Amino acid sequence: MSHVRSIPFAYAEGATPALPGGAPWLAALRKDALSRFAESGLPSTRVEQWKYTNLKTFADSPLRAAVETDAKVAVAPDLLPVIDGAYRVVFVNGRHRPDLSDTGPLPAGVELSTVAGTMENDADALKGRLGVVAGPDGRVLVNLNTAFLADGGVLSVAPGTQVEQPIHLVFVATAATEGALAHHPRNLIVIGEGSRATLVESHIATADGIAYWSNPVGEITIEAGARLDHIKVQADSRAATHLSFSKARVAARGRYDSFVMTVGALLSRNEIEVVLDGEEALCHLNGAYLITGRQHADTTTFITHAKPGCTSSEIYKGVLDGKARGVFQGKILVAKDAQKTNGHQLSRAVLLSDGAEVSTKPELEIYADDVKCSHGATTGELDEDSLFYLRARGIPLAEARRLLIRAFVREQIDEIPIDAVREHLDGLMSGWLDQAAQEGALA
Amino acid sequence: MPAVSDTVETVRSVTDQKYKYGFVTDIETDTVPKGLNEDTVRFISAKKGEPEWLLEWRLKAFRLWMTLEDEEPTWAKVHYPKIDYQDAYYYSAPKRDELKSLDEVDPKLLETYAKLGIPIKEQEMLAGVAVDAVFDSVSVATTFKKKLGEYGIIFCSMSEAVREHPELVKKYLGSVVPYSDNFFATLNSAVFTDGSFVYVPKGVRCPMELSTYFRINAAQTGQFERTLIIADEGAYVSYLEGCTAPMRDENQLHAAVVELVAHDDAQIKYSTVQNWYPGDEEGKGGIYNFVTKRGACRGRNSKISWTQVETGSAITWKYPSCILQGDNSVGEFYSIAITNHRQQADTGTKMIHIGKNTRSTIVSKGISAGHADQTYRGLVRIQPKAENARNHTQCDSLLIGDQCGAHTVPYIESKNRTARVEHEATTSRISADQLFYCRQRGLTPEEAVSLIVNGFCREVLQVLPMEFAVEAQKLVGISLEGSVG
Repeated sequence: MSHVRSIPFAYAEGATPALPGGAPWLAALRKDALSRFAESGLPSTRVEQWKYTNLKTFADSPLRAAVETDAKVAVAPDLLPVIDGAYRVVFVNGRHRPDLSDTGPLPAGVELSTVAGTMENDADALKGRLGVVAGPDGRVLVNLNTAFLADGGVLSVAPGTQVEQPIHLVFVATAATEGALAHHPRNLIVIGEGSRATLVESHIATADGIAYWSNPVGEITIEAGARLDHIKVQADSRAATHLSFSKARVAARGRYDSFVMTVGALLSRNEIEVVLDGEEALCHLNGAYLITGRQHADTTTFITHAKPGCTSSEIYKGVLDGKARGVFQGKILVAKDAQKTNGHQLSRAVLLSDGAEVSTKPELEIYADDVKCSHGATTGELDEDSLFYLRARGIPLAEARRLLIRAFVREQIDEIPIDAVREHLDGLMSGWLDQAAQEGALA
Repeated sequence: MPAVSDTVETVRSVTDQKYKYGFVTDIETDTVPKGLNEDTVRFISAKKGEPEWLLEWRLKAFRLWMTLEDEEPTWAKVHYPKIDYQDAYYYSAPKRDELKSLDEVDPKLLETYAKLGIPIKEQEMLAGVAVDAVFDSVSVATTFKKKLGEYGIIFCSMSEAVREHPELVKKYLGSVVPYSDNFFATLNSAVFTDGSFVYVPKGVRCPMELSTYFRINAAQTGQFERTLIIADEGAYVSYLEGCTAPMRDENQLHAAVVELVAHDDAQIKYSTVQNWYPGDEEGKGGIYNFVTKRGACRGRNSKISWTQVETGSAITWKYPSCILQGDNSVGEFYSIAITNHRQQADTGTKMIHIGKNTRSTIVSKGISAGHADQTYRGLVRIQPKAENARNHTQCDSLLIGDQCGAHTVPYIESKNRTARVEHEATTSRISADQLFYCRQRGLTPEEAVSLIVNGFCREVLQVLPMEFAVEAQKLVGISLEGSVG
């Protein structure tokens, strides 16, 4: 028995939330997804990809799928993260909240709407788009998202469009009037030929300590020569579960740059799949996680070099305190004819406390010979020599530690091309370090 | 890139070379009927005159194995038709019971060794290597015993050890690889026929390299070797294992178990050259090499070092591991694996750090050519109490030709803040520049590839014992001729 079945059955028997338009194609898609889930159940740790992340306790948590009224709760606007100049779309408990959103006048060539909104206007608008990049091929949580999705962001950038300001999708979770909520947002992104855009995705809660489950799925298409910078900030409640999956398909000479910052959720998994599907496509997957207490943060990536001449690079860094547990699983697959491939991957983790632990599984699967692939992984404490150097110059230990952690993570953040986003992430990191200092983790 | 396509051509042209060591010696064997049941286990045990406790142990393993039908490992990246365990012989022995000296050895056997280039007598006299030659399943010649005896070192076949030193066997057998360890180890525990036993007493440094040549000879005979090496406090031993096998069409299963135990300040160096029949160009035939090898660094400051050169077998499934239990203990794993044609290898190591200040080093070099698939699979685990543990891992893969695959699957688990774990892996092919440079200086493509591959493997070749280094280099050379280019 390689799977455990449970939670979702609590609400799998209930009705799936209706999307406006009631399109038969979507109903069929959902029915199929649900029956696939019913067959597979949630993965157990005996499933290789879930070896280090155990959903057992989560599986039994009393969740219910968020309904329309759950989205209507009051949210103070000043709680929302602000990125200067960004076009902002806000979702509360998985559904669009126009009152909190601010998309201003959008530049020509940019369509920014929501799944529900699009369906309302034209029930077939998303046919052939929803469920295509992230298909039903065995991803249990994607199936569950398909079955229960209620809303999400839809971004289409027309060919030859340079979008200067970032597009900001904000997902807010609140406490439920009864029970704990589960939301399944679905984001659909298409960047047209030769275009460029920046997408920021923030996940927050109205208060720390709220329990809920967020299960976002992203489907990203990057056309020839296009580029998307995708920054995700996961600052969910530290009692929440955040299991996300996104998949990007990149055409020839296209580029997908992803950065994920994780500070929230008790149990989180950020799974990214990229298919470099045209010659000379490029992707950079970077990220940093700062976790403490009993937080568990899993980063799982899978890059397929399907065509020749593509390049991928990955750097993930983690800082762990308390009894936190970090997981990095990164796989690079080079298909048979994908010659002239470059693929590089690095994962590094710093352990600040005795109870923290890290599990790493970088994986190369290579079927072409003209390749240059590598991976590296390190785990350890902060460098003793560097600490000594700083202390010899009169910097107290806690301050020296803070400096080194900052430098370690900052190196990652510096890669992000937009100032406002960098500052936003830097602020998050500083907040984490302040709290760590207060708790005495740096002493 | 003419240089590269030349290389690929060269590889293709020489792949037709037949397995050099493919021949069959005609010796009558004493076999039980095909199949595996409790009677087979009892037959093997009775045939070897084993004490009751060992039979019980075998039966326990057998009964467990019977419940494991669906537990045959499938996680490795190897593919083979389902093995019918009832369609194999589980016991075969050269027809001769007692041998007092080499003169009594079947001359045909000696001839076999001569063809392999390892004449026992010459080795005995010239090389100073004690050879415990395993022909099929029963040791037929053990040399230098007397000399080793002077040091109190026990070096004999497992069957003999069961008879002569039952207390040692009882104490250590299954203590590193329990009978319930995994599907193949459980099978081995039930039906193992023979193997080598080494005990080096306190403070003794074994004066010579101990060596065993394994041979698989009788068709359809699964080989279930069991090797046990114990280095008592402050002892040192270097053990060499080398294998070649005659050409056969039917797949042959080999599920060996090797257990090493190192006490305080003891050191064991275990070196393997594995060159079993890999099957033909189409992947027909060849040995299935499903081996469980594990060493326990039980004592403080102990050290276990695995070195392997894997060029043979149709399928290799092998993860020589170290359990670093004693404080300050050291584990090492150096590996060269070459796969060609349709060979499949899934190999690597496990380093389990339990004690304080434990250190481990992993250097793995994989070369994949033809239609072969090769996987490095390794685990480095730092337990919470392993203060200041260190690990450095390097695994490099070289691809030759565009039809082969090379994969790396390392697992790294650290549960101690003070531990430092580093892992590096690269995959690439021989660069056109390197080839061009060599050819410009008058080397043939074949020589150039051989030179480059030898350089690629140098870190591992260097740590092989003298006696093996020459043979291993020759073997890499032969493999290069016949498989790499």
